Amino acid sequence: MGKFGVGQPVRRVEDQRFLTGTGRFTDDINVDGQLHLYVLRSPYAHAEIRKIDSAAAAAASGVVAVFTGADFETLGVGPIPVAAIPPANDGVKRTAPFRPAIATGRVRYVGEPVVGVVADTLANARDASELIEIDYAELPVAATMPDALASGATALHAPQYPSNLLLHWAIGDDAATKEAFAKADKIVAIDIVNTRISPTAIEPRAVIGEVDANGRITLTLPTQGGHGQRRWLASSVLKVPESQIRIVTPDVGGAFGMKNFLFNETVICAVAARELKKPVKWTADRSESFLNDVHGRDQLSHAEMALTKDGKFLGIRVSSLGNVGAYLSQFGAFIPTAAGGAMHCGAYVFPAAAVDVKVVMTNTTPLDAYRGAGRPEAAYLVERLVEKAARELGIPSVELRRRNFIKPEQFPFKTALGQTYDSGRYEEVMDAALTRADYAGIAARRAEAKTRGKLRGIGVSYYVEACAGGSGEQPVLSFDRNGKLTIRIGTQNNGQGHETVYAQLAAGLFDMELEDITIIQGDTDEVPTGNGTGGSRSIPVGGSAVQLNVAKMIDQGKSLAAEMMEAATVDVEFADGKFRIAGTDRAVGLKDVIAASFDGKRPDGVTEGLRVSENFNPSGATFPNGCHVCEVDVDPETGTVAFVRYTIQDDLGIAVNPMTMAGQIYGGAVQGLGQALYEEAIYDSTGQLLTGSFMDYCMPRADNTPSFDFAYTEVPTPRNALGAKGAGEAGTIGATPAVANAVLDALAAVGVTHLDMPMTPLRIWQAIQSAQGKAA
Amino acid sequence: MYAFDYTRPKDLAAAAQSFAGSDEPVYMAGGQTLIPTLKQRLRRPSLVVDLGALPELKGIAVAGNLVTIGAMATHAEVAASADVRRAIPALADLAQHIGDPQVRNRGTLGGSIANADPAADYPAAIVALGATVYTPTRSIADADFFTGMFETALEPGELVVKVAFPVPKRAAYMKFRNPASRYAIVGVMVAETASGIRVAVTGAGPSVFRVPEMEAALAKSFTADAVKAIAVPVDDLNADLHATAEYRAHLIGVMAARAVVAIA
Ligand SMILES: Cc1cc2nc3c(=O)[nH]c(=O)nc-3n(C[C@H](O)[C@H](O)[C@H](O)COP(=O)(O)OP(=O)(O)OC[C@H]3O[C@@H](n4cnc5c(N)ncnc54)[C@H](O)[C@@H]3O)c2cc1C
Repeated sequence: MGKFGVGQPVRRVEDQRFLTGTGRFTDDINVDGQLHLYVLRSPYAHAEIRKIDSAAAAAASGVVAVFTGADFETLGVGPIPVAAIPPANDGVKRTAPFRPAIATGRVRYVGEPVVGVVADTLANARDASELIEIDYAELPVAATMPDALASGATALHAPQYPSNLLLHWAIGDDAATKEAFAKADKIVAIDIVNTRISPTAIEPRAVIGEVDANGRITLTLPTQGGHGQRRWLASSVLKVPESQIRIVTPDVGGAFGMKNFLFNETVICAVAARELKKPVKWTADRSESFLNDVHGRDQLSHAEMALTKDGKFLGIRVSSLGNVGAYLSQFGAFIPTAAGGAMHCGAYVFPAAAVDVKVVMTNTTPLDAYRGAGRPEAAYLVERLVEKAARELGIPSVELRRRNFIKPEQFPFKTALGQTYDSGRYEEVMDAALTRADYAGIAARRAEAKTRGKLRGIGVSYYVEACAGGSGEQPVLSFDRNGKLTIRIGTQNNGQGHETVYAQLAAGLFDMELEDITIIQGDTDEVPTGNGTGGSRSIPVGGSAVQLNVAKMIDQGKSLAAEMMEAATVDVEFADGKFRIAGTDRAVGLKDVIAASFDGKRPDGVTEGLRVSENFNPSGATFPNGCHVCEVDVDPETGTVAFVRYTIQDDLGIAVNPMTMAGQIYGGAVQGLGQALYEEAIYDSTGQLLTGSFMDYCMPRADNTPSFDFAYTEVPTPRNALGAKGAGEAGTIGATPAVANAVLDALAAVGVTHLDMPMTPLRIWQAIQSAQGKAA
Repeated sequence: MYAFDYTRPKDLAAAAQSFAGSDEPVYMAGGQTLIPTLKQRLRRPSLVVDLGALPELKGIAVAGNLVTIGAMATHAEVAASADVRRAIPALADLAQHIGDPQVRNRGTLGGSIANADPAADYPAAIVALGATVYTPTRSIADADFFTGMFETALEPGELVVKVAFPVPKRAAYMKFRNPASRYAIVGVMVAETASGIRVAVTGAGPSVFRVPEMEAALAKSFTADAVKAIAVPVDDLNADLHATAEYRAHLIGVMAARAVVAIA
């Protein structure tokens, strides 16, 4: 298959421009005559807007227009829609709470847009915004889920929702689970906080809205796929046919789920451009990113596990609260429920399981998918619980996992929560990780650390996640006259290296050079359809779609080559860039066949440039899985955690490009350990975000993250053509529990049995103090 | 940022003149604190007077028992100075652990102490080493310079020109940094100076302070155990997202002990 086939560590073609500062991001683009939007935001978490006086702002220097929520109502701007609300236990279908792009009547979180000021310069727009007078009447604030559910809490969306409980969702078999717990020798329980995270993409969101003479709107912005944005804007907000909107996405500097969604500022730029018939640009500053980018995670769970005395799992039950914030983002209610809820069986045979989640609205920024989206929460909970069970039963945790793993011969395996896992060799993968991590030798290393006054800890996680199911992908592939291939595809690179990997796949199959392949993404006019990048789907689904379409092009080539050589199509084979009559040395090159498709007579089914556009649908979700082994030293005097060693063994199915795949795992694992040790978005009781800058929001950095020893076992999935399971989120999902378990293992020596994230020096010190009966 | 005028005077006299001629002037050194404040529109100066070209504020010199550092010396310059490292290695170490490389390349000694952030590192060195701060018209002793949280003895418009640090017999600085910002949650400098042993603590309280009990204990027995047991009262200590007052009190003991170990 030559130098570009599946499995080759081809270097990223994108890196040249990214590393030399010649990438082109939305904010790099300036359109002639553009105006600038400044968004005035709510300083209150919950308040009635009594009056807005913007006359002085409208008259200020350089100001072209001032938009309030009332103005948008008058203009007929519709609400920002949701994409998925899970079914509620009571059978009553829920609709989204009304979410205007600019607040009307009430503000429900700090940072919610209240007025949009459009001026010739950003400075003028911002100056003018300071002339706006708003009369707010403060309302009681529910900044946390328990506060929001407390009796007497002010309902954010009354009368539509008389309380802040959006819905109560459940899966599994309650009765069977009760029975399993009744039979148990041992029940282990845990209360877990899954912290709220700010997504912190290095490129802040930005939007440029433009309108042409026919009223057609073009929006340029970072996305994870423009087709979804176009659909949501067309159907609900602007109420126009999709053909009246074009979404362009240039280079994207990180997204992590967040850039999948339709945000208020996107709508404001679109409407302002339409009304003013001028380009309107907005770029978030970092403070706005912290306040307004959808946050991730934020769940509170109580979980219990039933076991026999020799450690066989009988059942699991989980009750969670999932925060959606003040309004429902597109998948806000879906993440804590359907996306993650069904993953609470982990890698194990649980004969019975029951999960229920209360989805709660609070006076905080909306939440939605963040790298892993529901599955990290489930994996963290299960792997913390398994570790706790092992300690309470006195069985080594890796032995407990071993006894309960789903065995290779049990696949496809249907869990008690209804997921049908595709394939896996969990025990083999775990053993490979344990061997490389020298798990067996930990006692000696613990003793050595002790001589330096440090507490050594080792933590294991075995995660399973679900991705790349659901919708398909339909790229368009065609050659030009010169034999150059263009692939138009509706997934959206935001740092992963899709330009490289899609080209690599096609280059390997055609035996051609990477430079002769162009990947077109990020323009709804150029790419007819697309389902975007999310849920680690691009390589499993998009890559499989590329492979399928290349195969169709080769089929076309064969029938054209047969015609050219006056042979039967069935006798033509394609290898090394040539169509050959099997068993002979008669052949025509790919380039000649392509040229003939333009100039010659084409047999039925052959198109100019061998153009194809076939949809590839996965037959179901894939279940990437793997083992993280983390080793840390805790300094009991200060509570500081230092990484000593970090080993990962993953089964991500077939690896198309091991180098870009490793990149996903490293970055993912850093995000996962960031949640475990450093990151947390914190609101005070009045709903003010306390972690509104990097001075207080701690990021993982080069000097507080480990170097990873990463290897993989390829167990192909039957769910897609490539056999790839997806690698985008796996690192994040595996890392958080492994790091937390490592810290808790270290702290076991000083009597600490529980700790929530982030495991900061302060928290660790406090936990040691209270375990030792001292004041902290 | 609001609009403002900008000037980059060539000497102290011109700077003073520019400053006096504006109704809302502000000096800018490395801009690491000033610029974020301007970007957030928390200040509205009419004139920014850039101190970057003043020859009087530049340079690092070691003469006899004194290390004299100009107000515009960046943290990176102090950290990289062979002279400073030879004379007062603890001071070079302190500078080396301020913030991150970008901050060290821009932030200055003068800006740091004029700003008097309770979590800044230099105040510990000024007080532990008994440094003297020079302005164009006077000198201010270490004990008198820091007067409170973000407050100094500087008069409005009065510039820090340079700081003279007496070379101690031995000294060490130990810092427990804020994991996010990298400022000091607690920083302790222990120094044996001509006038005795000094223990100066930054980050923990509203302003840098000395711990006389630790100084006395170390004078008797220069060991980690001598300071570990000494509890600093929590009442006056800072508390924030990253550290409670109790944790800070505890860290003062730990960092002081580690500084003693590093020296001994
Ligand atoms: C991300 C980050 C991390 C940081 N981490 C640390 C840390 O770990 N430890 C630490 O100690 N500091 C830290 N700092 C502070 C930084 O090191 C600078 O010392 C500080 O920001 C001010 O210095 P500057 O030269 O940038 O002053 P500027 O921002 O230019 O000025 C600050 C103030 O001082 C005044 N001023 C400046 N120079 C003089 C002078 N010569 N005379 C009188 N007034 C003057 C200005 O008018 C202004 O009011 C950090 C800063 C940032 C942004």
